[in-house]
Amino acid sequence: MYYFDPHIHMVSRVTDDYEMLAKMGCVGMSEPAFWAGFDRGSVEGFRDYFRQLTEFETKRAGWYRVQHYTWLCINAKEAENLSLSREVIKMIPEFLDRPGVLGIGEIGLNKNTKNEATIFLEHLDLAAKTDEQILIHTPHLEDKYQGTRMILDMLCGDRRLDHGRVLVDHVEEHTIRAVLDEGFWAGMTLYPVSKCTPERAVDMVEMYGPERLLVNSAGDWGPSKPTAVPDFILAMRLRGHPESLIRRIVYDNPVKFFSQSRNFDFTPPEVYQTEPMG
Amino acid sequence: MPIPLDAPEVLQREFLEIRARLLQVAASLDRLGRAEGSVASDPRLAKIHEALAILADDETDRAERIQLTFSRAYDSQWQATFKLPAK
Repeated sequence: MYYFDPHIHMVSRVTDDYEMLAKMGCVGMSEPAFWAGFDRGSVEGFRDYFRQLTEFETKRAGWYRVQHYTWLCINAKEAENLSLSREVIKMIPEFLDRPGVLGIGEIGLNKNTKNEATIFLEHLDLAAKTDEQILIHTPHLEDKYQGTRMILDMLCGDRRLDHGRVLVDHVEEHTIRAVLDEGFWAGMTLYPVSKCTPERAVDMVEMYGPERLLVNSAGDWGPSKPTAVPDFILAMRLRGHPESLIRRIVYDNPVKFFSQSRNFDFTPPEVYQTEPMG
Repeated sequence: MPIPLDAPEVLQREFLEIRARLLQVAASLDRLGRAEGSVASDPRLAKIHEALAILADDETDRAERIQLTFSRAYDSQWQATFKLPAK
């Protein structure tokens, strides 16, 4: 089955992962900007990172016929540095018209601090002024519930935002309902320990239905599994769900959500896979 | 949306996995008991016992309730507390 991984950090993965994902049916992916494992020291560090995301990763994915898209921001951990964050936000528009840039993300909260909330609001303002879609990171573990509620407060407080163009990621059992009830898209992240398992993701599909629901691996430099979406596909099959429902969640839904972005020039795999390599 | 499997099928498929996970938790708690020192006053242990009580009750939404047990509280007045600029 063809599928789309809507949240994966390929800059942290080796080229062999692209090959493996392509063999398992991955035909597209979107890569939000995130924390590199250390705090970057200058706006130039982010400019280079955004070049890597918009130039080299697209090319590397293309070697395996995977279509690569990206999102730009300064992440919540580095948002504690207000002056650097504002320099990065000011620089982001240089990249917004590049091919494959889907919007602003992954913005959000980490430890739910005032500085994080301040920079989150400034990212929302940028997205509203530039009519960009938004991809949101919700915090980990004990901070998730509080942080998700705070994020929803800020999103719902900005009347310029179209909820149908915002994806709130890393939802779990205690946050998914509030996200969907407000009309946002919800992403379930499959992580070995700290987020959601494939079986629990299937439970949430059964409890809330497939409308505005996505599933992703969020594969990165930490413990994570880039092939987690195929694990979800298998879990859905073993539970007895039809292929049409599985395809809706892993392919149709991401394509529908991303199609709202002006830079989403996706070519269906039936066409793309058979075109001569450029 | 209905679950394609009925309850006897779910139990048949998942009994050994549930058993194994319960044993894993039981062994972890035994290990805590055998180890030197005490964590009796550690709030994380109290959370674990709250979660175990949820597992044993007959109510629904156990996963959601256990998630909330391990979550920091949400304060609806947080924006005023932070003195964030009003929209």
